[in-house]
Amino acid sequence: MDDVVRPADPWSALRASTNARIGLGRSGDAMPLKAVLEFQAAHATARDAVHTPLDLDAVEAALHPLTTLRIKSSAPDRPTYLRRPDLGRRLDDEPSPGLEAADKGPDVVFVVADGLSATAVQMHAAPLVHACVERLQGLKIAPVVLASQARVALGDDVGERLGATLVAVLIGERPGLSVAESLGVYLTYEPRRGRRDSERNCISNIHGKGGLSYALAADKLVWLIREATRLKLTGVKLKDDVDALAPPAGAGEALPGT
Amino acid sequence: MILRCDLGGQRYAFPDLKRLMAAASPRRSGDELAGLAADTDAERVAARIVLADLPLDTFLREALVPYEDDEVTRLIVDGHDAEAFAAVSHLTVGGFRDWLLSHEADSDALSKLAPGLTPEMVAAVSKLMRNQDLIAVARKCRVVTAFRTTLGLPGRLGTRLQPNHPTDDLRGVAVSVLDGLLYGVGDAVIGINPATDNVPNAIALMEMLDGLRQQYDIPAQTCVLTHVTNAIEIMNRQAPVDLVFQSVAGSEAANRGFGVDLAVLKEAHDAALALKRGTVGQNVMYFETGQGAALSADAHHGVDQQTMETRAYAVARAYQPMIVNTVVGFIGPEYLYDGKQIIRAGLEDHFCGKLLGLPMGCDVCYTNHAEADQDDMDGLMTLLTTAGCTFLICVPGADDVMLNYQSLSFHDVLYLRSTLGVKAAPEFEAWLDRMGMVAPDGRIRELELKDPRISHMLAQAQLVA
Repeated sequence: MDDVVRPADPWSALRASTNARIGLGRSGDAMPLKAVLEFQAAHATARDAVHTPLDLDAVEAALHPLTTLRIKSSAPDRPTYLRRPDLGRRLDDEPSPGLEAADKGPDVVFVVADGLSATAVQMHAAPLVHACVERLQGLKIAPVVLASQARVALGDDVGERLGATLVAVLIGERPGLSVAESLGVYLTYEPRRGRRDSERNCISNIHGKGGLSYALAADKLVWLIREATRLKLTGVKLKDDVDALAPPAGAGEALPGT
Repeated sequence: MILRCDLGGQRYAFPDLKRLMAAASPRRSGDELAGLAADTDAERVAARIVLADLPLDTFLREALVPYEDDEVTRLIVDGHDAEAFAAVSHLTVGGFRDWLLSHEADSDALSKLAPGLTPEMVAAVSKLMRNQDLIAVARKCRVVTAFRTTLGLPGRLGTRLQPNHPTDDLRGVAVSVLDGLLYGVGDAVIGINPATDNVPNAIALMEMLDGLRQQYDIPAQTCVLTHVTNAIEIMNRQAPVDLVFQSVAGSEAANRGFGVDLAVLKEAHDAALALKRGTVGQNVMYFETGQGAALSADAHHGVDQQTMETRAYAVARAYQPMIVNTVVGFIGPEYLYDGKQIIRAGLEDHFCGKLLGLPMGCDVCYTNHAEADQDDMDGLMTLLTTAGCTFLICVPGADDVMLNYQSLSFHDVLYLRSTLGVKAAPEFEAWLDRMGMVAPDGRIRELELKDPRISHMLAQAQLVA
């Protein structure tokens, strides 16, 4: 028993079971400087994910050859966006020629929204849209809508104006210190203003640090799209079934190139 | 009732009591989001001038949320103790502020008064108080509760050890518990927020935490913060429930949003009392609250968020809780925008809870989209400890890897112990001493994991599945 060789830092073996910041050591009563600076670096990355504007040209290029159009919410800037979620859920008052000119009545419209992490959208939105479109042959898909200062419910307004059957909003999730670039998808059947959150289905944690891969997220979303179309609804009644598609524990795969 | 004031050559009029209360509140994003905030700083002060002259018993005659529509209002009105209120019934809200700060209002007087106060009176007077007033009066309030430890004694600061894990991995949770214990944290509760909220998962976590508690022989209570209806089911299945947790808010509709009402809380309270698991006391409930909860459920009845928060304390006090905490910076910048607003709200919530007789603690915390950082948390934890806060929440390295927000670290408790001289609950402090973890000068020793005083605990943590 006692002849077991201990690793130099006995915490290192324990760290395999959690990503919590355990065993940091002490400088007097305080956190050692190394841990303080690592924490500050993670916080800075998370804050930058919230505050860096989405590079719309780069997302558009990554979505090529799919066509795109751009819209803005009623929140004119980030500080207002953070204080007033209601403004982030509404289109601004400017006319949207792109939305007006687009073909009406698509089966699905993808809305790529900055949300609380532009970093997540920058990294993951275009590959996920491509993966979904490949799997949705035969459906009428609207141009991809790129939305700035946007909350999930902005998709209702967009979907209603396009007369879409379904809207899928790909949005940056609230960043944490360990993952600042997590993407979520919210699917809503017959989008129109005033839809409640209980009328949507959500796939969250799409990222490259042990989160859902593009392929798995796209499989789930396409399954939801087909079931929603068949049942003519989204929301809680669809919720239980989708879990059947969840991967077995530990099967999370890393995303390529992230 | 005429609610108006002339200030700086301008007349300010307030249509009713709830608009007056909202306008008198310090500026905060949640009241602005609700369209209730004062338009200018001058209007804010005008509202305070009007509020200061309002008789305190106005709140007994005029409900901000109608009695007929709301069981929380009925709880407040029907449970009001007129005899206890008599000590201050002749005062205005401003006069009440002065009385609270007087030397006559000592710990005994404040304890006797608590059942005579309504949340609306307490919220109103807090709007006339600066941060130092909130600290000075809260510090005089004495609220003592007990289960396996005794909380709220003078010179003590309790802590919740929060060992959250993104997938509820039992070994990962146990390792975080061990880390916290080595800093002397966990006397208020060792309490985990489950990543997956269902009965079997909660039972697995409870059995693991209870096993660790017994193996280490820690005088502490554990809690899995699952929904109260799950806790009732879990108690029916004879699993080891120490404290029953629930988030609560200040209106019937907001509580419905949490899936609870007063009846189900009573059912859970009765069931937990029947288990008789406490050794030095039988306070068995743990409640969390937070400014913005009612508004986010669209259940605020046009009342400002701080007053709605204080009404949640009336719900909590009906069940003699062991601990209550505000999750002050957790709900997001649309309710409390920055460090300044979070700090003010934390002090308000602690003061209001204490004055109503609650064992009030705080999750000193913020999210990454709020304008706040660890410097703001340093300020708030120091202020709250000075104010005699019952307990603070701590996570490894201040980073909650499951809920994705920042709270306090275990190190912060060492800082508060040495800087402000506070200690853990007496039963828990004695355990730390028995374990050889306290140095003669009262500091928590920095021990290597292989130190024989603690190495057996590590062995237990590794045994966990």
